[in-house]
Amino acid sequence: MLEREGHQVIAAADGLQAVMYFQQYSPDIVLLDALMPNMDGKDAAQRIKAASGERLVPIIFLTSLHEAEALAELIEVGGDDFLNKPYNRLLLKAKMSAFVRLKDLYQTIRDQRDKIQYHTDRLLHEQDIAKKIFDNIAHPGCLNDANIRYNLMPKSVFNGDILLAARKPSGGLHVLLGDFTGHGLPAAVGAMPLADIFYSMTLKGYALTEILSEINIKLVRTLPIEVFCCLIAADFNPRERMLRVWNCGMPTAYLVRKGEGLASRFESRHLPLGIQLECQLESAANSVRLMPCDYLLMASDGVVEAANSQGEFFGEERLTRLIETNKVQGTVFQALLDGLSDFLEGENTLDDVSVVEVCNDFDYAVDIDAPRLSLSPLPHAPDWRIEYELRAQTLARWDPLPFILHILMESPGLAVQRGQIFTILSELYCNALDHGVLGLSSALKETAEGFAEYFAEREQRLSALQDGFIRFTLEQVPRPDGGLLSIRIEDSGPGFDWTSYVANLKPTNLSGRGLTLLQSLCSDFRLEGPGNVAVAQVEWTFSDRV
Amino acid sequence: MPVTEKLSADGETLTIQVQGRFDFSVHQEFRASYERQKAKPQQYVIDLKDTIYLDSSALGMLLLLRDHAGGVSSRIKIANCNNDIRKILTISNFGQLFSIE
Repeated sequence: MLEREGHQVIAAADGLQAVMYFQQYSPDIVLLDALMPNMDGKDAAQRIKAASGERLVPIIFLTSLHEAEALAELIEVGGDDFLNKPYNRLLLKAKMSAFVRLKDLYQTIRDQRDKIQYHTDRLLHEQDIAKKIFDNIAHPGCLNDANIRYNLMPKSVFNGDILLAARKPSGGLHVLLGDFTGHGLPAAVGAMPLADIFYSMTLKGYALTEILSEINIKLVRTLPIEVFCCLIAADFNPRERMLRVWNCGMPTAYLVRKGEGLASRFESRHLPLGIQLECQLESAANSVRLMPCDYLLMASDGVVEAANSQGEFFGEERLTRLIETNKVQGTVFQALLDGLSDFLEGENTLDDVSVVEVCNDFDYAVDIDAPRLSLSPLPHAPDWRIEYELRAQTLARWDPLPFILHILMESPGLAVQRGQIFTILSELYCNALDHGVLGLSSALKETAEGFAEYFAEREQRLSALQDGFIRFTLEQVPRPDGGLLSIRIEDSGPGFDWTSYVANLKPTNLSGRGLTLLQSLCSDFRLEGPGNVAVAQVEWTFSDRV
Repeated sequence: MPVTEKLSADGETLTIQVQGRFDFSVHQEFRASYERQKAKPQQYVIDLKDTIYLDSSALGMLLLLRDHAGGVSSRIKIANCNNDIRKILTISNFGQLFSIE
């Protein structure tokens, strides 16, 4: 009867054979007699269902049983339907085709499920690889230094927040916390050029304003209009005892002074980056004087906007209260994380939550993590001299140091002392510009108020600068096993009474034009003329291999 | 409809209102509200009197509108912000791009 309908039939004599044949031929539908010799229909149905695993193999019982209870039992042990004897041909045909439909549907669903599974696996695998690339580019830099504590709680594999930290070649530190609109992959893609620019420009000695401005240009050019990056960046400048913070659309950051509590607030003063090409980063900077045990606390909006089960926000007020209650030890980091987790009571946050705290007690040794370049007598220029004069218009708007550093780094012996060379250059240049050309007095920087005044005054004199110059004369002469670099810097200022100044110099005097520092970094350092010329010499040898 | 727009009688001002949450869920509606206008109005008013909340994707939508309205030369007013919304706009310094009332 079934063969006439186009089905291929395998007939088994009893239950045992039915199970055996099922395993052998794996048929699409099984028709079972409820009562059979050797193994009855119920047993056989259970075994067949167990053997069919994930496949849907409908079992139709053929039975002369009529009591509801007995029929229900057949369905319970795994039967999908039953057909009473004697069979009605029409009914059997209809049931068969219904089950074929069901089977096809089941197969389609299974195929789709497998396909989704396959794509999900592939996507996760691809994300995993992308994450490795991302982690290499947006690497943690020096985030694992002892003075930095941070916590990142991303919503997805990729974090919408990005946290970077890098030591400056002259000592000191750049830290950046950014928050892209959106989470996950799109945010991560935007974060990569940002990290790349941040690390490479910091290494080359660029100032943070220039780095941020470069990042802004890159983001404006690459991000779609509706995507931008809120960020806060801090420049720790240990020798100047200065902290400069740029807050572009991030929640307020705090400077906490050990024993005193809240010392400064850094509110957002600038558009997020990636929106407008023209930016006013220089005027958006917030400069404060640093004490040795100051803590800078920065957090993404996931912290203040974290909502608990009552829909209440964590808020700025709770944060400032934590600062107040923890002012004795200064650090708020752990208290904030604990406070946040108590507040949320196991509730998940809706946003990426990032917190970073930097303590100002780090070792300011110069050159702490400069890359150790391989040092060999490769072809290089051993014997040369350059004179480079910067005039007023240039002084007002351009930082020549990365450029000069770049030239000097061509010398293999100097490249390994990148930090040291950069420090010498920046000390010399800063003295020549601030005190020589602009005529600012470093005495101003002694007090906290004077400190802010100093930088405001500097800004103003710089933008009004009409005359003046700074002249670098760089000269390298070869030595049998290396070379001697001499940096001569002359400014248009009147000079100063340096003989008595040097005589009175105390080694602890931080604002002392960095002269003590310069003397310790150079093989020879001297002032000349009326005090508007400084000459620094650095000896290097090929045997300085590290 | 969480987003409704109204063109002034002279056709010069398009006022867009957002009810409830101004976030990614109204993305398409918000965009459609100004894109479906046959002629570009002189100025836009984003009326947030019935808006309770605004997130960073809403800021992104405002930037898209600004671009549509001519970027630097655009005239867009953001009106009737509640305190929370005003704070978000202030932190982002969006006052440089929009006139916030």
